[in-house]
Amino acid sequence: MKQLLEGSQAVAEAVRLCRPQVVAAYPITLQTHIIEGLAQQVANGELAAEFINAESEFGAASIVLGAVAGGARAFTATASQGLLLMTEVLYNIAGLRLPVVMVCANRAVGAPINIFSDHQDSMALRDAGWIQFYVESNQEAVDTLIQAYRIAEACELPVMVCMDGFFLTHTFESVELPTQAAVDDFLPPFHFARTLDPANPMTLGGGSEADNYQEYRSAKQAAVEDAQPVIEAFDAEFDDRFGRAHGGLLQAYRLHGAETALLGMGSLMGAVRDVVDKLRDRGQAVGALRLRCFRPFPAQALARYLSGVQRIIVLEKAISIGAGGILASELRAALHQAGMMMPVESVIGGLGGRDLTPQVIESVFHHLFGSKTGAVELRHLQALADARIRRYGLLDADTQWDTARAMQGMRHGRGGYAPSKPTSEMVKNGT
Amino acid sequence: MSVFHEIRFHGRGGQGTVSAAALMALAAFEDGFESQAFPKFGSERRGAPVEAYVRISSTMIRAHNQVYAPDAVVIQDAGLLRSEALLRGLKRGGLIILNGEQNPDSESRDFRWICLPASQLGERHLGRSLPNTVLLGALAASTEWVSLGALEQAVTKLLASKGETLIKANIAALREGVGFITQAEEVVA
Repeated sequence: MKQLLEGSQAVAEAVRLCRPQVVAAYPITLQTHIIEGLAQQVANGELAAEFINAESEFGAASIVLGAVAGGARAFTATASQGLLLMTEVLYNIAGLRLPVVMVCANRAVGAPINIFSDHQDSMALRDAGWIQFYVESNQEAVDTLIQAYRIAEACELPVMVCMDGFFLTHTFESVELPTQAAVDDFLPPFHFARTLDPANPMTLGGGSEADNYQEYRSAKQAAVEDAQPVIEAFDAEFDDRFGRAHGGLLQAYRLHGAETALLGMGSLMGAVRDVVDKLRDRGQAVGALRLRCFRPFPAQALARYLSGVQRIIVLEKAISIGAGGILASELRAALHQAGMMMPVESVIGGLGGRDLTPQVIESVFHHLFGSKTGAVELRHLQALADARIRRYGLLDADTQWDTARAMQGMRHGRGGYAPSKPTSEMVKNGT
Repeated sequence: MSVFHEIRFHGRGGQGTVSAAALMALAAFEDGFESQAFPKFGSERRGAPVEAYVRISSTMIRAHNQVYAPDAVVIQDAGLLRSEALLRGLKRGGLIILNGEQNPDSESRDFRWICLPASQLGERHLGRSLPNTVLLGALAASTEWVSLGALEQAVTKLLASKGETLIKANIAALREGVGFITQAEEVVA
């Protein structure tokens, strides 16, 4: 049965269905409702878990590390600076191959301090050795969380489920929660083969030097790469059992016959689908590809899906300062490896919560690849009137402001609403 | 029949703006529509401006964007009119439900204003000047986008953990808002 739930509430319910034995967290905006929900469940006796309100995110991550090493299923969630404060421990969790599952309620990173959503926080952890999912909807967040425990425990790898703060965490939308019995069937009880046990002493996390450290890293790289078919298989099995799949590693939308494809991650892809439909209705050959699993990076699958298109736009909500788009760079490398040389245009936007509206997404399609002949026309880029867009693909404030103004102009035939008196002040910001 | 409505709520932290949006979305969902609600607030809390957005649709809602071209705007605090661009993007002919005695823009024919003293009406039932459910009642009665029954169910559901007294008080406040509209309609008729 479908319910209208807040994203965080839906995730808390999904976590409960996975029967974690330890929940540890430190509150931070955009994650708080998830943790409050879990605390409430524990207090109400609905969830038989040890709930530990840690003294910091570093502490919370350390607690779940220890819990899983002790054989317990564990959960934590954080965002932004909180994730960065966990960084050292998250590398250790990955290095120890501990199947921790966490949610990152994606939020911008300071300074300047900003509580709104982008992908900079979790992208900063991309090299840590965690599997990373970026979900589009709250239904996908729920389903991915349940899949995440199965994947984590089957592969002995930690999994981070990344969901956009506010756009998903604070959004009420319809979600179907699976039954406890169905989740129990899909997700067997956690049995950790390397559980620390005083009766059977062993070392977890011993030292390693130059003679074998590299082999550990190599084995780790192989383990994460090898998770790709597992992720696909469990999404397919989830579909069989629950009637919903989310694309496994990646999800195409109207890519068949598309000349221009937009690649992106997370909740912005809902608006992208709407824009693709609109442009398709006008006869424009556009499509979209949503990367669901960023780590492991499905380079071959991406190349396969994109083999038929002539040009690609990568729209992403994070930037590697000094280099540019992260997803765009990785895609270019993947395509190069596959011998594919179509142009890839990198666009960075939606930082610090700036909304990537359907109008902005449409303007990205038009300005970057708007030519009817299909050739890349740089003058369309220049039309955006900012060299930074060409160099780094960063959507600047003017571009979006102009779009907003153009929208109002189109709608009202003038620059927005401006009553004569007595309230001219009240809307001066809107004109 | 295809249905698509967008509503933007403006208020201050502590006035139940986010809850009002959630209630509207819940009511629409109870009535069988797809719906969505989400807030935008800063790291400040009480007293600071808050916005919340609602979409009601007969088909699946995929976009997670804020609402830029609302069909209706609900203003929980008339004081916000001084500093915020509250009517930005409102569609021509769109509805404004204002918590206030007076239409501040009586010459404009672009929009339909409904002004009611929601804080005082709310206080009668809630014991403090909370305008949100009164305004919701007025919104539901003047648009018929959601049924009153569904709105009452939404209140019962969302406030389930807060106890029977508060649920009853909020339902009474809702009806107060509905009553304001129906009385006004009788006068016009």
